[in-house]
Formats: sequence, structure tokens, C-alpha cells
Amino acid sequence: MTDSKYNPDRRKVIRLIGGAGAAAAVQMLPFGAGLARAAEKFTVGVIYVGSRDDFGYNQSHAQAAAYIKKLPGIEVVEEERVPETIDVEKTMEAMINEDGAQMIFATSFGYFNPYVLKMAKKYPNVRFAHCGGLWSKGMPTNIGSFFGYIDECEYLSGIAAAATSKSKKLGFVAAKPIPQVLRNINAFLLGARSVDPKATVSVIFTGDWSLPVKEAEAANSLIDQGVDVLTCHVDSPKVVIETAERRGIYSCGFHVNQASLAPKGYLTGAEWEWKTPYVILVDNAESGKPMINFLRGGLKEGFVKTSAFGPAVSPATRKISMAVKAKMLQDEFIIFKGPLKDNTGKTVIASGVALSQQNPVLESMNYLVDGVIGQI
Amino acid sequence: MSLLPLVAALFVTAVLFALFVASQGYPAFDALALVGKGAFGSAFAWQNTLSRAAPIMLTALCVALPARAGLLIIGGEGALALGGLAAAMVPVVLAGWSVLLVQGLMAMAGFVVGGGWIALSGWLRYKRGVNETISSLLLAYIGAAVFNFLVEGILRDPASLNKPSTAPIGDRYAIGAIPGMDVHWGLVWGFLVCIGAWWLMRHTVFGFATGVVGGNPRAAQMVGLPVGRLMLMACFLGGGAAGLAGMLEVAAVHGDANADLMAGYGYAGILVSFAARHHPLGVIAGALLVGGIGASGSLLQRHLDLPDAATLVLQGMLFVSLLAFETLNRKGVQRV
Repeated sequence: MTDSKYNPDRRKVIRLIGGAGAAAAVQMLPFGAGLARAAEKFTVGVIYVGSRDDFGYNQSHAQAAAYIKKLPGIEVVEEERVPETIDVEKTMEAMINEDGAQMIFATSFGYFNPYVLKMAKKYPNVRFAHCGGLWSKGMPTNIGSFFGYIDECEYLSGIAAAATSKSKKLGFVAAKPIPQVLRNINAFLLGARSVDPKATVSVIFTGDWSLPVKEAEAANSLIDQGVDVLTCHVDSPKVVIETAERRGIYSCGFHVNQASLAPKGYLTGAEWEWKTPYVILVDNAESGKPMINFLRGGLKEGFVKTSAFGPAVSPATRKISMAVKAKMLQDEFIIFKGPLKDNTGKTVIASGVALSQQNPVLESMNYLVDGVIGQI
Repeated sequence: MSLLPLVAALFVTAVLFALFVASQGYPAFDALALVGKGAFGSAFAWQNTLSRAAPIMLTALCVALPARAGLLIIGGEGALALGGLAAAMVPVVLAGWSVLLVQGLMAMAGFVVGGGWIALSGWLRYKRGVNETISSLLLAYIGAAVFNFLVEGILRDPASLNKPSTAPIGDRYAIGAIPGMDVHWGLVWGFLVCIGAWWLMRHTVFGFATGVVGGNPRAAQMVGLPVGRLMLMACFLGGGAAGLAGMLEVAAVHGDANADLMAGYGYAGILVSFAARHHPLGVIAGALLVGGIGASGSLLQRHLDLPDAATLVLQGMLFVSLLAFETLNRKGVQRV
């Protein structure tokens, strides 16, 4: 991000003349970029499906929104707990009509089809950034879908988990057996097996994104089975992490840093760093460049990050994990490579095949790899 | 019925909400102004409110109609989900058939499945003496589980990767917007069904007989009314309305059946029906209030940075005052 990108371009100035009248523009132009920028705010709307302080997915986006709010010339309007119904359609329209939003960040996966697609068609001059969706050719070009390869961090969490675990039984509380979730579970297992080939990951699917009672039951039941490191992929990891801490076992976080919930047992965690794509997309919009329709990134691109190691992680383990992370940062590490079998014995990646992170095959993953105890 | 309790309730709600907002350190008068503006302050606000109100009118009938027969049904969410799922299957099976026929069959499928689901509670009550409130609530959970099982299992469209859904119904069979408005046809259906329900309960023998059953089932039996059948019918019609809401959500909003169908409209309907004293026309007004609060809550969040919970507080205050002032309007104790 350089300063020049924030300077108003010709388009903006023309718009300004249209909006404020020729006299105002004539007055402003000689003062240069700074004044013109202050005169025209770029309004960004951010929509969350849950609470902004959920210690999870929505909080990770709220952090990015709070970051771009501080950028010069940017105004942010936010709305939380917007369900994936006509409500989100109306919220997007209200942001555009009532607040003058020029760009919308629709952060929940379910907002994409049909709502973002519909609104993008209706408002071709507004940019829609959607998290997690798969933009494809033929869809409106004012949509951009962005996402992060957080399985890289899950792999690193798996390393810390298996190296710290005494029982070598790890547990995973997951919402639904969909590709994004399966990819994380599998990466966690592969990381764990990279330090201990006998490590297993037991998974329980709760069935939905936010079911605190079921998540607590699942966590307790896994701990009763001898699991001594827990992690999860649900909207708010709070319950799982707190349960692990209360029962005196270790935990790995997800979405944001949950170390404050488990000061003793928190090992590390997979965190989103949404401010990277947010800044790229807002910057791009402000300078009038075409929308980036498909934006993905991992550790290297700064879309995801790992939580700082907790006190229970030994120096030796930190070293192993950091060595792998360094390779990932160099783009020299492949998580999913053959030969790889699923937990029913079927070969899912043939020997000699290496799937790099950008490979779209990974976005339709529908198996649990060998070593994961559980079924889809 | 005089309008005084209603006006008083609205006034008290406004005062209470202003005090609450002020006590949290937000500007109270701005908040009140935004509530009005966001719900009914412009053409856009009205359309926003109406869109949100449409499904709630129908789910409120799922409470209001059985209430006429003396049954308290709170499981409309299950009927909505299963009705919507059944409706979503029609265009998949009958792809290529004429639009009106398919949409008609979708509505029928939603109505029959939703109605049948709630009729189960009525049947359990009449035949086995099972409390219908509890059974309908439990059936709503079972309905959600069945829905998820099917949508994530055999009925799943393999193309729906990260959001398990049934196959899309396609643009051809989708229900569009009312011309000149940004509100889908479901709103008109909601109005018509509410008016129809009012006419049915007020001006037909069936409605009168159902009212007698609700007033005193034993007396109804003594005068020879088919109590069981009337109970079942009231449940079936109520559940049907909720199932129809599910169908409209599928056809006009989602475009397929997925877990987002269960967005809480069934539960919002309970609130609306009680506030409307189970009167089918009152339900329309109640649904508009809930829709308006939703629309204005959105504006409160965006302009004052109030958390979403503030909307729930406003909604709670409004309905508690409505019910409280309602009692002042009654002479003596009366059964609903």
C-alpha cells in the first residue's frame, strides 16, 4: 500500500464536480489531493452473521473492519447478526441507499447465493466483496470473493498438538462436513502425523455453526475418550476452548486468538488476518481499478496467521513448527500430496500427485484422511 | 375494541426504550427518530418493513388458527421448514411443466406437508392427551433434524459444496417482485391468507364451531360437534399457513431449500399472534410491527453503532407493553 493509491484519480474528481457543483470543485482543485479526499468519503458497509464480539469468525472480520475504519477517507457502517435471508438483501440495499455505501463486505458464506449475486446485478456500480464464495466466469464482475488458506495454520497447530499431547489422541469439534471444514481437519491431522505417525484426530460434527450446548457436550465427550488436545471449526470456539481449559487439557484456537480464555492450555491457533484482503480490495476500489474477482492467500500473503505459542509448547516443538512455517512462507511446502488414503482405505490423492494450495480440487474436498476417527 | 391501549402501549414503549438507550450512553431522541425513519420513514423503509413482515404473517396464523380451537401451538418453525422442503422438490421432479401449475403444486405441497406436521400435534392431543404445546415444540426440533438429514443427505445438490442445499428451483419457477415494488408476491399471499382466515373464522359455520370447541370442548361435544375433527382441521390450516410461508421463502427468496430457511420466522409468529390476540387481521398489524423493528434495528446499528441486542430489547418492551395494556382493555378474566 503506497500513499499514491489514495490520491483521487480523474474519475473521482469528475464525480466530485457532478456532486458538489462546479463552483465547489473549482475552489477545491487548487488545494490538491488532501482536501478533495476529505470532501469525499468512501463508504464501506460490513455485514456479519453473528455478534462482532463472538471470540470467533465474526470477530475476526470486525477486527479488519475496525482497521480499515482508521484509514483516511474511509467511512465504515456495520451491521451484526444479519441472518442469511431477505434480511441481508435489505441490509445491503439499505447500506447503499441510506448510507451511500460504495462497497459492501458480505462476510458470511451463505450471503453469496442468491443475495450478493442478486444485489450485484441490481447495483452494478457498487462493489461486493464476499468471504468464502467461489466467483466464477459469468457472475457479475463487481463481485470479488476472497478467502484464506487457513489449513496452513491448522497444519502448524497439528504439529504443536501432537508434540505436546501425552495420549496422542487429539480432538476436533466441527460444525458441518463441508469442504472448508474437512480441509482443516485433514490438515490438522497431517500436521500431527508429521511429528507422530501414531497420532489420531477424533472428530465430532455438531451439525451447525453455532450450537454452544452441543459444542460443550462434544468437547466433554472427546475429553472423556482420552483426548488431551482439542481444537474446533465452529463460528465461536469460546465454549470448546473454555471447556478444554476447565478440564485441564490443551487447546488450539481458531478464527481469532483465544489465549485469554485458556492461559494455561492454549498451545497456538489458526487465525484470520482479514485486514490484508480488506485493504487490498478497498485500495483497489478507491483507485478505480477493476474488482479483483478471485482473491486467495495463505500465510505468505498475510491472509492468515498463527497465534503466539502458549507456555505449554516446548522449545523443541516451537523449532519444528517454525521450520515448517518458514517453508510455507517461501511457498515451498505442500500439505496435500500423494499417496494419501482416506479413513475408509480409499486412495484420495495418488502417489506422485502434489496439490498446491491454489488447486481448486482442494475446494471440493469430501473425505477425512487416514488417522481421523469419525465419518462424514 | 378501543385504540387507547394500543396508543398507550406504543407511547410507553417509546419512553422505556428512550430511557434504556440513554442509560447506555447513546442519544435517545436520535434513536427514536431512527426507529421511525428506518421502519416507515420512506418508500424504501416501507418496502424493507413489508419484505420482512411477509413470512411472519403466515407463521403467526400457525398459532392463531389452532388457538381458536383452544390449542396452543408453538412449533410453526418445523412446519415452515418441511413445507419449504416439500415445495422445493416439486420443480425438481416436474422440471419443464408450466410455471403456474408448478407454482400451484409447490404451494399445495408446502401447505399439505406443513399442515400435516402440525396436525400431528393436534392428533396427539385429541387421541392421546399429549400436551400440544410441548409436542409441537418437540416436533419443530424433529422437523429441523429431518430437514437437515435430508438436505445434507439424499436431497443434497452435489454442486452445493460449502452450503448444503437442494437443487435450485431455477429462475423460471421463482416468484418475483410485485410490479413497481421491491417486495415479492409473498406479501400479497400473506394478506390474502390472513383475510381468508379471518373470514373463515368469523363468517362460517366451521369457524363458529371451532370457536365453541376452543371455548369449552366438553360443551362442544355435548352439543354434538366433531371436536377431534375440528381440532385437527384448525391445526392443519395453521400448519398449512406456515408451510406456505416456507414455500414462499423457497420460491421468492432462497431459490432452494437449505438450513437458512429456519431463520426464526416460526418463533416470531408466536409473538405476533399473541400480540394480536390471535385475531387473523391483527396478525397483519403485528407482523408489520416486527418487520418494522427489524428494518429500524438495521438503521440503529449502522448509524448509532447500537448492538443488535438493542433491537431485541425494543421488541421485548413493545410486546410486553402491548400485552400489559391489553389486560386493561378486558372486562374480567377471559380465555383466549
